[in-house]
Amino acid sequence: MTTLVDAPPAGRTPPVPPRPPAARPEGSPGGRLATRIGGYAVLAFFAVVFIYPFIIQLSSSFKTEADAAAHPLSPVPQVLDFTSVLRIFDGTSFLTWLGNSVLVTVIITIGRVFLDSLAGYALARLHFPGRAVLFGAILAMMSVPGVVLLIPKFLVLKQLGLYDSYAGLILPVLVDAAGVFIMKQSFESVPVQVEEAARIDGAGIFRTYWSVVLPMMRPALITLTILAFQNSWNEFPHTLVAVQSPSLFTLPRGLADLVSGSLGAGTQYPLKLGAALLATIPVAVLFFVFQRYFVRGANEGGSKG
Amino acid sequence: MATIASLSVRGRRRRTGIYGRQGSAGWLFVAPVVLILGLFLLLPILMALFVSFTRWNGQGSPFTGSVPMAGTGNYTKLFGQDGLARLDFMTSIRNNLYYVVLVVPLQTVLALSLALVVNQRLLRGKSFFRTAFFFPSVTSSVAISVVFLFIFTNGGAVNALLAVFGIKGPQWFSDPRGIIHVVLANAGLTSPPAALTGNSALGLSYWEWLSGPSVAMCAIIALVVWTTSGTFMLMFLSALQNLSVELDEASLLDGATRWQRFRHVTLPQLKPTTFLVLTLGLIGTWQVFDQIYVMSQGNPAKTTLTPAFLSYRTAFKDFNYGSGAAISFVLFLIIVVMMLIQRWVMRDRDAPVPDGRRRFPFFGSASSVRAGGQS
Repeated sequence: MTTLVDAPPAGRTPPVPPRPPAARPEGSPGGRLATRIGGYAVLAFFAVVFIYPFIIQLSSSFKTEADAAAHPLSPVPQVLDFTSVLRIFDGTSFLTWLGNSVLVTVIITIGRVFLDSLAGYALARLHFPGRAVLFGAILAMMSVPGVVLLIPKFLVLKQLGLYDSYAGLILPVLVDAAGVFIMKQSFESVPVQVEEAARIDGAGIFRTYWSVVLPMMRPALITLTILAFQNSWNEFPHTLVAVQSPSLFTLPRGLADLVSGSLGAGTQYPLKLGAALLATIPVAVLFFVFQRYFVRGANEGGSKG
Repeated sequence: MATIASLSVRGRRRRTGIYGRQGSAGWLFVAPVVLILGLFLLLPILMALFVSFTRWNGQGSPFTGSVPMAGTGNYTKLFGQDGLARLDFMTSIRNNLYYVVLVVPLQTVLALSLALVVNQRLLRGKSFFRTAFFFPSVTSSVAISVVFLFIFTNGGAVNALLAVFGIKGPQWFSDPRGIIHVVLANAGLTSPPAALTGNSALGLSYWEWLSGPSVAMCAIIALVVWTTSGTFMLMFLSALQNLSVELDEASLLDGATRWQRFRHVTLPQLKPTTFLVLTLGLIGTWQVFDQIYVMSQGNPAKTTLTPAFLSYRTAFKDFNYGSGAAISFVLFLIIVVMMLIQRWVMRDRDAPVPDGRRRFPFFGSASSVRAGGQS
């Protein structure tokens, strides 16, 4: 298996056998142009594949049901029809779901950013007995896959009397081990001298953390905020085992409920697509504004190594 | 009084060493995290483990004497005894195996190809394409499943597109035929060989094991590959941007062709990232749930049933919590094995780092997959 990881570090001889120049060397203008055109063609094709479903979603939300069924590929409605969009608001509990989603997401995001960074700081900087064991435990918890926790979470919420309440929706996901890990790593990148200086000036431990170190962690905090927002806004399986009253549904839960047929007659795709679109907008806006932090978050698992 | 106070302070300081009050402050800082993770992660796992040895039906508390115990029955039913439980479980394992076998290579190849094209030096509009490919993976899995449900309806966009090329598309979400069976039928194999239908392993006939993913499952596979490729593309992209330029230039001077440079210079350097993406895929694909719940609920004919969804359905729809919990623990075990494989594959890569900190992306990875669209 050692051959699997023989990626040569810079400076070692490249593993390329010397070969005669190829028929069409890379440098020739013709070859380069062909490569570029080919590259653009591939990109354009995939850009369509990746973007077009959203265009269909957007346009179908403003189609009549018959139009959506008859012209599934058309990027524009034959007649601009607002019936479905309006029915999202007066025919479903969309606003209730939206309110719940906003409430839950805001509390979870604040909770995770504050509590994860607090714990991350302690694990990175404070010396207390059991620290190494605790960190090991948090790493182990990070690797527990969410889907196997559905029944366990239901059991504990039932047992504690938190089932079908806002507390049940929020508390179990108020902190996440991955966030603690990200914050610990980030705190470790701050030079320790900064804190020592603050300590000498008489600042207490919390004060040092809160007003000296935390302000230096802006990028990590933004990444964590975005990850927490995105995760809690999109969270679905947890709501499935935490609540059952429609008045406690969040957007993903409400959408899933729409799809499984709570609408009654017809497929009503324009309505469903419109509701799904509205549910996507907050994360989409966040994504376009803070894209580089999303990229950072996505690479957090990969580039650390 | 003053002397006593100062004495006791000095005494405590001596006990806790040079770090003063850090001991108690440390525990205070981690207390909320410890409390919540302990109460809602560790404790529930233990509770569910207990429940997996009972026949609790959801009535009352499972932790009273009145709940009938099942011993290891819930587990042996999944493997040893002929019956509906084993049939469903093995069907779900088969479905998920085909899902893994298709999703993991497809998303890896697609992610790598996209990264290579986006990374071209002369390309304009790089960030536009990167954004376009990455965006699906940050959206809600439920919302995007609704879109794909519409696209794959019988008269939907996919079939309309196929019709343009003169192909009559299948009825995606109501078509339970396995694609290997379909291919064989098209090749003229109308009745399956008796050797395959007559013999069975673990409750499923060889012919059933060899069905391939159903047409319905293929639609879900398309959705998942489409959503996750963006995240993995970013990983490849960041690896590509860290490649040694000298190496590439040296091989260019040596007259290597584009393909030779890719095959013998770029690809070997991407090995660590490729293995990361492959193993993250292996871990993530066993957790597919949201898409199944929204798009198919395990239908048609149980061909999109996966262990994760089966566990949910057994507990919350059939009120057989013991059996559902047992299925989750078997699934947990499968995922742990995938993680151990990852750790084993990545071990050389992380070994040379002395302070041991960089060993941990193994743990970080599982959750970043969730962040990247699986959840």
